[in-house]
Amino acid sequence: MTSALDITQAVNPPRAAFLDYPLGQTAGKVGEPQLQRAIMIEALQAFVTLKQPGSVKMLPFKWSDSEDWKSTTFSTDSRLPRVDTPQYQYDEDRVLAESCDGATCAVCFEPPRP
Amino acid sequence: MGEPVRYIERIQCLYQGLGYPAYRWTVNETEPPWTPVTKPLRDCRLMLIASGGIYLAGQVAFHYKDDSSYRAIPKDAPASALRATHFAYDLANARRDLRCVFPLETLRGLAAEGFFGELASHAYTFMGGIYSTRRVNTELAPALVARAQEEKADLALLVPV
Repeated sequence: MTSALDITQAVNPPRAAFLDYPLGQTAGKVGEPQLQRAIMIEALQAFVTLKQPGSVKMLPFKWSDSEDWKSTTFSTDSRLPRVDTPQYQYDEDRVLAESCDGATCAVCFEPPRP
Repeated sequence: MGEPVRYIERIQCLYQGLGYPAYRWTVNETEPPWTPVTKPLRDCRLMLIASGGIYLAGQVAFHYKDDSSYRAIPKDAPASALRATHFAYDLANARRDLRCVFPLETLRGLAAEGFFGELASHAYTFMGGIYSTRRVNTELAPALVARAQEEKADLALLVPV
């Protein structure tokens, strides 16, 4: 799935489904599970309907009647500082993760170095 | 549908204005690899892979400096234990309703309806915004492919942010 058509076309994956929404909601609008379900059905169908390598299915959903959001998106740099310590959503997550003994945890992976 | 946003051009302008060196976008000009889907969706095992910085409470969160690690999220993980962290997109929406960047619940519902066969045992998550394409190409992507093969996934659905 993608909401950045030009970036996806540059990468050129085997198949893609494009949702013309602002970035940060590639799988549908917040709090709208029926819409999310409809988007996902359209996206999954692309697995079997696209027959040409590199094709993109344009999903039939619009963010809003107005296209004004397109003129302002990514006009400022809102990225957070690059820090090399884990950035937890909640402090209690940090406590929980730091209590992990490592021996029993098989869920945090570092990819093997070639 | 109106003209899609041209992000490459826009981000190049933004970075140039901030005095950053030009970002080298990945451009693949050869035909992508192609594996035909030979089964109907209702018989397929699907693996969700997402780049939105999702972790499960108890796991180490992602950091914001070229973190190329990944997390395995069990397919039945409760929504209440899922978190999002990322340096490069506004997390407000994802933290209100994670399904908009990590559609695990949506996919669980569609599997239960029989729209596709089943989810793989785990979804895999990482944090995009990794500037080293070499590390993505030689470390992260091969590791995720290996997981998909180990879990015998027929389909891999990548949800970037």
